[in-house]
Amino acid sequence: MKRFVRLFEALDGTTATKEKIALLRAYFEEAEPEDAAWAVWLLSGNKPRGSANRTRLAAWAGEEAGIAAWLFDECRSAVGDFAETIALLLPKVDGSSTGSSLAENACKIESLAVLDESGQRQVVTEAWRCMDGAERLVFNKLVTGSFRVGVSRDLVVRGLSEALGVPRDEIAHRLMGDWRPTAAFFASLTDGTTAPLDRPYPFCLAHPIAGDPADLGLIESWQAEWKWDGIRAQVIRRNGATAIWSRGEELVTDRYPEIERASRLLPDGCVLDGELLPWAAGAPMPFNQLQRRIGRKTVGAKLLAEVPVVLMAYDLLESDGEDRRHLPLSERRDRLAAVVNEAGHPFLLSPTVEAPSWEDLRTLQQTALGRGAEGLMLKRLDSPYGVGRRKGAWWKWKLQPRSVDAVLMYALRGSGSRASLFTDYAFGVWKGHELVTIAKAYSGLTNAEIREVDAFIRANTLEKIGPARTVPPELVFEIGFEGIQKSTRHKSGFAVRFPRILRWRRDKRPEDADTIETVAALFEPLE
Amino acid sequence: MSDLLRVTPSGLYCEEGDFYIDPWRPVERAVVTHAHSDHARPGSKRYLCASSCASFVRLRCGQDAAISCLEFGECRSINGVKLSLHPAGHILGSAQVRVEHRGEVWVVTGDYKTEPDPTVEAFELVRCHTLITECTFGLPVYRWPEAQAEFERINAWWSANQSAGRTSVLMGYSLGKAQRLLAGVDAGLGPIFAHGAVLGPTQAYRDQGIRLPPVRPVSEAPLDVEWSRALVVAPPGAEATPWMRRFRESATAFASGWMAVRGIKRRRGVERGFVISDHVDWPALMDVVSAAGASRVLTTHGYSAVVAKHLSERGLNAAPLETQFRGEAEEEGV
Repeated sequence: MKRFVRLFEALDGTTATKEKIALLRAYFEEAEPEDAAWAVWLLSGNKPRGSANRTRLAAWAGEEAGIAAWLFDECRSAVGDFAETIALLLPKVDGSSTGSSLAENACKIESLAVLDESGQRQVVTEAWRCMDGAERLVFNKLVTGSFRVGVSRDLVVRGLSEALGVPRDEIAHRLMGDWRPTAAFFASLTDGTTAPLDRPYPFCLAHPIAGDPADLGLIESWQAEWKWDGIRAQVIRRNGATAIWSRGEELVTDRYPEIERASRLLPDGCVLDGELLPWAAGAPMPFNQLQRRIGRKTVGAKLLAEVPVVLMAYDLLESDGEDRRHLPLSERRDRLAAVVNEAGHPFLLSPTVEAPSWEDLRTLQQTALGRGAEGLMLKRLDSPYGVGRRKGAWWKWKLQPRSVDAVLMYALRGSGSRASLFTDYAFGVWKGHELVTIAKAYSGLTNAEIREVDAFIRANTLEKIGPARTVPPELVFEIGFEGIQKSTRHKSGFAVRFPRILRWRRDKRPEDADTIETVAALFEPLE
Repeated sequence: MSDLLRVTPSGLYCEEGDFYIDPWRPVERAVVTHAHSDHARPGSKRYLCASSCASFVRLRCGQDAAISCLEFGECRSINGVKLSLHPAGHILGSAQVRVEHRGEVWVVTGDYKTEPDPTVEAFELVRCHTLITECTFGLPVYRWPEAQAEFERINAWWSANQSAGRTSVLMGYSLGKAQRLLAGVDAGLGPIFAHGAVLGPTQAYRDQGIRLPPVRPVSEAPLDVEWSRALVVAPPGAEATPWMRRFRESATAFASGWMAVRGIKRRRGVERGFVISDHVDWPALMDVVSAAGASRVLTTHGYSAVVAKHLSERGLNAAPLETQFRGEAEEEGV
C-alpha cells in the first residue's frame, strides 16, 4: 500500500506528462503483480466493488477519535474532504504500520459488499488501525468510491508500455472490456494470453479538423462519410455469442435487443464498429428519442416499437476471428460491405459521400443537418484502424458546432419546486490536467435525469463551499449555446451565451470532454 | 463579583488594574503578549511587555513608544493587581499574562505553543482559576508532526530542488516563523538568502543571542549567484510578485499549520506545504487546559466556539470570549 500511496502523492504533485509517465513506469516495474493490477484498475477510473456508507464511516471514525458527531461535522467542513477528515482524526498508530498491500486492502473493501454493519465496521476499523495517515487517506478515498488521480487512461497505457516493453496499442487493447485486477491479468498484459472472449478493440477516434480540408491533399485519397449523431459502439460476434460495447466501454448488449437478435446473422469471429442510431422510415430520428433508451437496463416492447435502433456500420475490425485493423480502410470497407449486406437490417452500411472536389464536398457538408447528421467524417483510404485519438488519418468535419462536451464540476440547489434538489450546475473543460469552468446551466435534463444527477452529487460531494458542492469529474454533458464571449468571470477565460444542457453524455468519459483549445477555436468564427 | 478581565470596545480590560491586554485601540496602558501586528498596535501611551519582546514592539509601535519591560516571572503590582509574564513559546519574547487579584488568578495565553523550539523561550505552564486560551487550530484534525521530521522533509525538498536546478523559496511569517525555519534547516546544504522583510527580525533574534545560520539579503546577491543551490526565506506576501522573477526556475513551499490540510493547500494554490506551526495543536491545547487546573476556560481566536462547546461537554465551565481578534485566518497565509 505504501508504494501505491507514494505514487498517488507523486502523481498529485506534478503536472508534467513526462514525469507522470516515469512515475507510473517505475511503479509498474517494482510493484507486485497483484498490486500493479489493482493500480491499473484504480488509475483507469474503476472503483472497488464494495464500499461503506459515509454516515457509518463518520460514526466509526468519531468513536475511534473519541469525538462527538457535531465535532466531526465541524472538522469535515473545515477540511472539505470527507476521506481526509477521517485520516486526520484517527488516533496515530503505535509504531510502524504493518504494511498490508494495495491488493489486500482493495479486497477488504470489496468484502464490504457482502458484510452487515458490524462486519463492515470490524474490517474498516482494523484496517485503519494498521495504517499511517497517508495510507488512511487513500484507503478512505477507496472505501468511499471517491479515489481520483490526475492521470488519463492514455498515460497509464504509456507507463505500462514502458514498464512491460509491450507496444502501447497492444496495452490499450488488452485493457479493453471486462477484466478483474488479478496477478494473472497483469501477467496477461505482457504475454497477451487469456483474453476474454468479448473483449472489444480500442476505438479509433478523430480530431476536429482545424484548417481547410482542401489542405488534406487529393480528395481521391479520402473517404467521406456522414458523421451520425448516435452512440458509437462495437458489435462483437464470437463463438456464437454477441457483445455490444459503447464507446464509454459499457457493455450494453441487453439494451439493444434488436441488434443482439440480428447479430446472430453475422459470421462468427466478426467485429463491427458503428453508430447505434434511432431509425425510422429510412432516416435517423432525433437523438433525444435515443435518449429515452439510453438509461434503461431493459427495454419494453412499446419503446422498442417507438424507437427502433439500427447499427450504422463504419468499419470492420475483425473477420474470421482475425484482427483486420492493420488492413487499409479501402480493403476493410469492402469486407464490411459484404458482411453488412449479407446480414441486412438493422445493420446498415454507412454510405460514403462522393464528391469530385473539396468544394463540392463542402457544399454537401452543408446539407448534413437536413440528413440528420452533424457533418462529415474524413478518413484516409489507405489508413489502418488506429488506437485512440491520433492525428492524421481521421478527421471530423462538423457543421459549425454550437456545443461543447463539458464535465460537471459543482452544483447548487435549485429554487422554487426544485429547492430540495441540486439542479444548478457548473461545467468545465480541460486546460491541461485541470478543469476550468466554461458555463453554468440549469435546464435541459428530464426529471428522472435530474434526480439521478442529484443523487450522484449527494453521494460524491468532495467539498461544500458555501452553497456549492463540488463533485469529482465524472459526468459529461453536452452544452449547447448561442455564442462564445471572452469572460473574466470564468476561469477558462470564455463564457458561452445562453447555455443549456443538450444531453447527458453517458457514453463519454471525463477525459473525452472538450479542451480549452477546442473552445478557443470556436470563439473566433462565432463573433 | 465582576470578572477580573472583560472585553470592552478597546480590547481585553482589567478594571481593577486599569490596563488592557493586546488592545486593538490606543489606550493608556497596554500589556502586549507578543509583537505580531494583531496584538501589538501603535498609539497607546504606555506599553508593558517581556524584555525579550521590547525591540520587536518598538519596531511595530514606533521608536518613541514608551515601553517598560518585565523579566519572565517578575511580578509587578499595578493598582493593587499583581501582574507577571510567562513564556508562551510562540515567538521570541512572546508571553502569557498572569493577573492576580484578591487570590483569584487569570491567565491570558496570547498565542502559544508547547513543542520545543530553539529560537524561543520554552512555554511555561501556569496554573490558574480562569484561563483565556487561543484556539487558532482548535479542531481535532490539527495534530502536528514532529518538527524534526518536518525539517528533514524541508531539507530533502531543498536537495531535490538543487538537483532539478530550481531555487527553493520557503514562505513563512517574517517575524518568528522565518527565524524558526532558519534555525531548523540544514545550513550545510547550500547558501541561505532572505527577503528584506525577514532580515530585521533575524538580526533582532541574533542580538538576543539566538543562534541562526548566516543569511544573505536577496537584494545584495552577486550577479553570478547560483540561485538553484540556494534556499530563500520569504514572507507569504512575496509569492507571485515580480520580486520572484529573479529566481527564474523556482519551487515554492509554505511552512504553516494550515498545511496539514490538503484542501487548504489546494485552495491556496500551494505547490508544497510543510506543517510547521507556532500555535498549539488540538492535543496540546487539551493538555494545557487540563494541566492549568482552571475551573473556567474562555476561548478566543479561531475555533473558539468549537473548543468552548467541546470543553463544556467535558464538564468544564467554558465559553467563547467575543473579541475582535481575527486570529491567523487561513486566508492570511500565515
